[in-house]
Amino acid sequence: MPVKTSLTPVDAPSIRSRPVYAALEPRPGSQHLIVADGEGAEAVIEMLAKANDRSGLLATAHVMYTPGPNGSDMSAALEALGAARFHRAPTIPAMLPRLQLVVAAAHMGTQFYLAGTEGLIGQAQREIMATGFPFAAIQKEQRGSTVRRVQCVHCKGITENVATDPFRCSHCGLNLFVRDHYSRRIAAFQGVNIDAEDPGLVPEPVVRFK
Amino acid sequence: MSGGAKLRVRVDQVVPVNDLITRFRFVALDGSPLPAFSGGAHVVVEMDDHGTRRLNPYSLMSDPEDRSGYEISVRRDDQGRGGSLFMHRHVTPGMEMVLSYPVNLFALDSRARKHLMFAGGIGITPFLAQIAQLAHLGGRFELHYAARNRQLGAYMGRLTAAHPAQVNCYFDEEKQTIDVRRILSMQPIGTHLYICGPKGMITWVLGTAEAMGWPKPALHHEEFLAPGTGLPFDVQLAASRKTITVGTTQSLLEAMEAAGVDAPYLCRGGACGQCETIVHKCDGTLLHRDHWLTPEEHAEGRKIMPCVSRFEGKTLIIDR
Repeated sequence: MPVKTSLTPVDAPSIRSRPVYAALEPRPGSQHLIVADGEGAEAVIEMLAKANDRSGLLATAHVMYTPGPNGSDMSAALEALGAARFHRAPTIPAMLPRLQLVVAAAHMGTQFYLAGTEGLIGQAQREIMATGFPFAAIQKEQRGSTVRRVQCVHCKGITENVATDPFRCSHCGLNLFVRDHYSRRIAAFQGVNIDAEDPGLVPEPVVRFK
Repeated sequence: MSGGAKLRVRVDQVVPVNDLITRFRFVALDGSPLPAFSGGAHVVVEMDDHGTRRLNPYSLMSDPEDRSGYEISVRRDDQGRGGSLFMHRHVTPGMEMVLSYPVNLFALDSRARKHLMFAGGIGITPFLAQIAQLAHLGGRFELHYAARNRQLGAYMGRLTAAHPAQVNCYFDEEKQTIDVRRILSMQPIGTHLYICGPKGMITWVLGTAEAMGWPKPALHHEEFLAPGTGLPFDVQLAASRKTITVGTTQSLLEAMEAAGVDAPYLCRGGACGQCETIVHKCDGTLLHRDHWLTPEEHAEGRKIMPCVSRFEGKTLIIDR
């Protein structure tokens, strides 16, 4: 049965599961949950500048922020916006339990804005999606570091902040090729052993993600 | 053969529910279990109305786990084209009929944390099957059901008896209206909304939800359109090399079928998209009545849904 869906309008991705992102836009809503890391703060500030009712949006906004994997910390600028609630977490794992509580208590009519690294966006999206909220309605804008969160398809361990391709799995030690194939459920790209046929024959790692 | 595989059934029961609504139960002609379906599915009932072939979609209202029979409820429309009148006047127990396989264009999204349902009048039927399905699987739901008056509120008694905390009834003649804004403001994140009823009610509820920030993928609606009447018009069928005339009370799809053209269809109510047809030439105005094509596609005029849409003007050539 053909089904018409409207997804974020952007250029066609190289592979269907490769996430695509668009600029954050202010949308009408009763609450606004904004989750960002690193340079994602700039996307949030730009989104607010586009809002017709900036103060109204901020008065119903909950901003959660953590510095990026490259050390970029714009928490002062975000806190200065004057959102109803602002929370700075030291890391993404430290932020997620709080996000779970906030999402569980949220009502329909809430708008979600995610900005920053793909690791932050994917893990925050996973918490929101778990409630049954449609992922296509969660706004996502990639900013700052492009390092990847990768799952080893062999041992299932996840390596954060992968910069080179190939890289060594931080769990089982296999040499992994980083694919564009992405799992929303795991919030990670797929890493596949690159020297399975010829152990030790590993291409020189190249910095693909910065 | 267009419309998919067919089910040969016998009418098992005809039960008047109230002044306007009658329930029909069908069983397989050979007594075997009928195909499984999910709540929200409909079948197209084929009628031989004294030589006129009528095919009307009706939502299945029976428990999806009961494969011994299918039940539909039909509201009599005295101003309609005749399908519901035929069902009410001429369909009797023991009669043999043909149904399409069930098709679901109004399924529950099983990822939802909660299902919020709005029904208007006979629009209650798909929810009866969905609620039965949720009762088996343990899903959370809340139903707001409006009818003209207590007498016409079909199945309200059994719904409120089985689910007193989840079912809310409203009666137009008692000046009771659904407080949509208040209800929509209280729903937990992950709620999906479903509505089936008159066009005005659907537009009102969906418009309110969108204005309150509900995302479109969480909004589900079903509305079968009757083809509607209009001025007769001529159509050239390019692939079939025929020119046909569509009568005042006939749909373009029905006119093609009457001319022996095997055109694709499923819902016959402007909803499923199956009959979408390319327009080669249009010197006149396409009267789009479907809710499958987007407003942009309606404006472009390169496609038409022959099950409900019509034409006024000089020349229409379609790819069929």
